[in-house]
Amino acid sequence: MIEKALYGDKKYWGWLFFLGALIFIGFLAYMRQYTHGLTVTGLGRDVSWGFYIAQLTFLVGVAASAVMVVLPYYLHDYKQFGKITILGEFLAIPSVILCVTFVFVDLGQPFRGLNLFLHPSPRSPMFWDTVALGGYLCLNLLIGFVTLGAERKLTPPPKWIKPFIIISIPWAVSIHTVTAFLYSGLVARPFWMTAVLAPRFLASAFSAGPALLILLCLLLRKVTTFDAGKEAIQKLAVIAIYAMCLNVFLILMEVFTTFYSGMTEHISHFKYLYVGLNGNTFFVPWMWTSSILAIITLILLIPPAGRKNEKVLAFGCITLFLSIWIDKGMGMVVAGFVPNPFGVVAGYVPTLNELAISLGVYAIGALIVTLLYKIVLSVRTSIP
Amino acid sequence: MSIKRRDFIKITSLSTLGLVAIPASELLAEIAKSDTSKSGKKLAMAIDLRKCSKEEGCTDCMDACHKVHNVPNFVNPDGKPNRKDEIKWIWKEHFEHAFHDNKHEFLSEKIKHIEAVVLCNHCENPPCVSVCPTQATWKRDQDGVVMMDWHRCIGCRYCIAACPYGSRSFNWRDPKEALNELNSDFPTRMKGVVEKCTFCNERLARGLQPACVDACKAEAIVFGDIHDSKSDIRKLLSHNFTILRKPGLGTNPAVYYIV
Repeated sequence: MIEKALYGDKKYWGWLFFLGALIFIGFLAYMRQYTHGLTVTGLGRDVSWGFYIAQLTFLVGVAASAVMVVLPYYLHDYKQFGKITILGEFLAIPSVILCVTFVFVDLGQPFRGLNLFLHPSPRSPMFWDTVALGGYLCLNLLIGFVTLGAERKLTPPPKWIKPFIIISIPWAVSIHTVTAFLYSGLVARPFWMTAVLAPRFLASAFSAGPALLILLCLLLRKVTTFDAGKEAIQKLAVIAIYAMCLNVFLILMEVFTTFYSGMTEHISHFKYLYVGLNGNTFFVPWMWTSSILAIITLILLIPPAGRKNEKVLAFGCITLFLSIWIDKGMGMVVAGFVPNPFGVVAGYVPTLNELAISLGVYAIGALIVTLLYKIVLSVRTSIP
Repeated sequence: MSIKRRDFIKITSLSTLGLVAIPASELLAEIAKSDTSKSGKKLAMAIDLRKCSKEEGCTDCMDACHKVHNVPNFVNPDGKPNRKDEIKWIWKEHFEHAFHDNKHEFLSEKIKHIEAVVLCNHCENPPCVSVCPTQATWKRDQDGVVMMDWHRCIGCRYCIAACPYGSRSFNWRDPKEALNELNSDFPTRMKGVVEKCTFCNERLARGLQPACVDACKAEAIVFGDIHDSKSDIRKLLSHNFTILRKPGLGTNPAVYYIV
């Protein structure tokens, strides 16, 4: 079945070679980083986590969002999702692989990574995150290939796969909760230490993920013969916008607690993001863009007429995805470090080297998505 | 050779069990481990900032520590410290930075000009130890010193995120690029690992005081076991008003300051 990824037209191979070129550039950039050390990034003593870890955080959310198609189909028999559960699972797999890859490129001593398993540390959320992500990857690989394999043989999937599918549902929630726990238990970083962080992560994941899936389905309909079905796409849109409303609500909850209390420690981080602190205003235009994009999303996608028009829907999904990516994949991590434990503002801007490596990593993700989706399409079109 | 499915499963399970036995027992030991033994020593430091501030511009403690521990000195071309890549185990911060929940607009001139010596606080409840995914940093049972293993550290920098005092530094590049004199009695580190003050555990093992304590010409740093009611540090703590950095966080730091 995997061999189906090796057959395709000129466009398919052209796309794969393009991604390969990006991956190669990323690899060269990584070699430079591996030689000189992480000094080639914009990171420093004060802002010690940045673009790489932010991408990890964002991508765990995308991985977890597979549950938004799995749950309705398997627990509530929502048959319209039958065609796309595999797409959700096959999006989760590269997302988790990218999570691990982004951690790998962020580590100072990546080849000591096995120490994570040789010396398990149950008090460390990072240890549990590794366990959770690893388990989730295995689950999705198993579920995806078994169900697709059964579909190819025109039989229903074997009964023993059902418990794995059921487990994957709370497991998906757990991976993003544990990732939030990385941040929300740290007394050192008041910007992150909020009980609402895990719910925020989940809400943003369950909106950004389905939005991405919608965009992928619309793209597939354009470039291939695969049609996910109008109903499925509409239902995904409803899920995405409900989750986005919850996400915006939770952000407003944070705004209230921070600004009504007036607590200096909390306000300073928000100030850094939204108005600048001590002359450092790098994130200000980004964060306001994110907020405006969120409002545009709500205006476009809350009215059913907006979702039914597929051009508006596509645009709304893009604004939704970008809004959340800026918030989670840019602002959230860095703002935890600014101001630093001494109350001093240190800047952070990712360097070209850092961005080149990240581009290469994302290209790996796009490659895996392409290969896996090609397998799905080939299986489906070989069925009479 | 054909092998029965049942035998295959038996062999595979036994092998897997054998492979995970050691990490699994380490895991169980970690879970079962009780917290600090109250009967052990608890090493702590008291820094008299009144004595320290009398020596304006003094950097003796920092110079001694960084020299004996091969701490690199990354500077920009203009001579100012490279704030991005710098590594420091012990250094001076303005009062309002070291104690920024105690600062206000009308601090006395004396307090405003205090340059407080800051270093790892060797907390009783260290968040850095909790978060380390490989236990490359841990708190010693016998004396509460928070240690570092530079061979096990994978450079994830979670401990840096967790430390409320900014005590930890990461080797963003090879430290040998900025090491002028080498102390061959102490290891240099490699790029990609985190480092910090370890209360001079190598000197403690030889019955010596930490380097900064010995080097201070104002004799402002007192070091000892705060579980020993007869120690010098306990006497100092019982006769003076002392403050801690960020006491409300629950870390229970072991570096006390007399202002």
